[in-house]
Amino acid sequence: MRRVGMRGTRVIGLALLGAVLGFGLVVPLLTGDPMRQDLSATLLPPGAPGHLLGTDHLGRSMLARLAHATRLSLGLAAATALCAAVPGLLLGLLAAWRRGWVERVLVGLADGVMALPGLLLVLIFAAFAPGDFLPLYLGLSLAFWVEYFRLTRSVAGSVFARPQAEAARLLGLGPWHLLRHHLLPELGPMLLTLLGFSAAAAVTALSALAFVGIGLRPPTPEWGSMMTELLPYYEEAPWHVLMPGLLLAASVLGLQLAAGGRGT
Amino acid sequence: MGGLIRALGARLLQAALVAMAVGIACFLMVRLLPGDMAYRVAAGRYGMDHVNTAAAEAVRAELGLDRPWWQLLSAWLGDLARFDLGVSLVSGDRVVEELSVYLGHTLLLSVVALLLSALVGPPLGVLLAMRPGSAADRTGMAVGAVLRAVPAFVIGLVLMMVFAVQLGWLPAAGVGGWREVVLPATTLAIGLAAVSSRVARDAMVAVAHSPYLAFARTKGLPEGAVIRRHALRNAAVPVTAYLGVQLVTLVEGVVIVETLFAWPGIGHALVHAVVARDVPMVQGTALAMGLIFVALNAAVDLTCLAIDPRRRPPS
Repeated sequence: MRRVGMRGTRVIGLALLGAVLGFGLVVPLLTGDPMRQDLSATLLPPGAPGHLLGTDHLGRSMLARLAHATRLSLGLAAATALCAAVPGLLLGLLAAWRRGWVERVLVGLADGVMALPGLLLVLIFAAFAPGDFLPLYLGLSLAFWVEYFRLTRSVAGSVFARPQAEAARLLGLGPWHLLRHHLLPELGPMLLTLLGFSAAAAVTALSALAFVGIGLRPPTPEWGSMMTELLPYYEEAPWHVLMPGLLLAASVLGLQLAAGGRGT
Repeated sequence: MGGLIRALGARLLQAALVAMAVGIACFLMVRLLPGDMAYRVAAGRYGMDHVNTAAAEAVRAELGLDRPWWQLLSAWLGDLARFDLGVSLVSGDRVVEELSVYLGHTLLLSVVALLLSALVGPPLGVLLAMRPGSAADRTGMAVGAVLRAVPAFVIGLVLMMVFAVQLGWLPAAGVGGWREVVLPATTLAIGLAAVSSRVARDAMVAVAHSPYLAFARTKGLPEGAVIRRHALRNAAVPVTAYLGVQLVTLVEGVVIVETLFAWPGIGHALVHAVVARDVPMVQGTALAMGLIFVALNAAVDLTCLAIDPRRRPPS
């Protein structure tokens, strides 16, 4: 009963994620320029002729802007999650393999990063890089790698200490064998779950920062900055303000449900 | 007693790590970014078109960028030990004094949000756990999953639109009486309760299958006592422990929600300092947020110790 339920939510998550991804990948190819203004047709409601989702306060197509924003956010989130996963995984393996002072130094470093909520670290980064978003996502990766490091280190540490691993080593099978046949089957699914959750966290963090005016700024089509831009026109066009938020929530929900695991 | 000292000692160490992390992150950024940091900060502060050598040199002197990195780092730590966080580059006031004004607001908001979420989240989770798999349970879980996916600023925006703009019941922004606290605190509390209700529900379901609960019933305890003394207390341990994880959400949420509702707290000040490139304020506010995070974590540790005697070392 419970297993079926878990699988059901995962299917819903994958469907949601697929829909959002498809929207972000396909629609930008079909729609026009998300920057093109038409001041004679501002704040058109959804369903207006020629503009499926209406236009914003500068007469720019909401559909085109939302689609480009989706592509940008999901791309940045994937990049951030991967940039955090690769060093986290490698350092975790290094710590579990070498042990000793290497492990102690790395654990100390991870504790130092974990001592501070990630967003604070990102804000400090943002303070020194006016208008750039590269430091922003570097900062996010810097905050996220710790999770991958801790997961890899603890799983690899326990796998390497098992008698099976010891036997493989005595048989003269190299480290690759250990990694592929002993560690990967166990660590792989957990890493995928973590990837989903950190991508969701990255999507949220990037739009939240853009919403408060840090990082990506208007006129770049981005969910958070679109909401900031449209907020003053709330009375005339409430749906316009909420559309980016809905897309954002759908992506986060899709990522979290697809990742599965505890807490979804 | 030993457990208490060990828990507090670990948190003191974390507080020191926070100070080091904030200091080092700032210095790394100053050192590692390409280009001249003095010009960068000046460009951020005065606008790209108003940067000249004089402005950049003034920034350099203010921040002491001409000194070697180890002097800067030791100076920051030395100043910190004397509670001297420098002077805000925007207002010209001492950072410590500005922080003391903001701190009260942030603490009020966080505490109200935590209390609200504690009143709603865990009781709801316990209720759902009464009939696991029922329609109510499934609906509650689905609503919780959706709410966990909606970022705080979107929840806040919706609340603001409905209750402040549309219905006009509550003010949309600012600070004053209790009416101003309601919307920002509710925004934070919804996010927190969506997680804590789930943790409480799973904990209660797990407890319901435990042998000690069966034993408590078998030995003839009345159902009320079974629930209160055995089920709830055992379920409270993971809920409280998970609160420590949620504090990250709380602190990050405070930054965003304070900015959205123009709540004059530390998170609001941090965002403004970042936008204005006010380096001493960024350091000071980030440090204060980090220390609030550590202090709340210490409170969670102590609560865990109080609830769960197994965590205390044998005396």
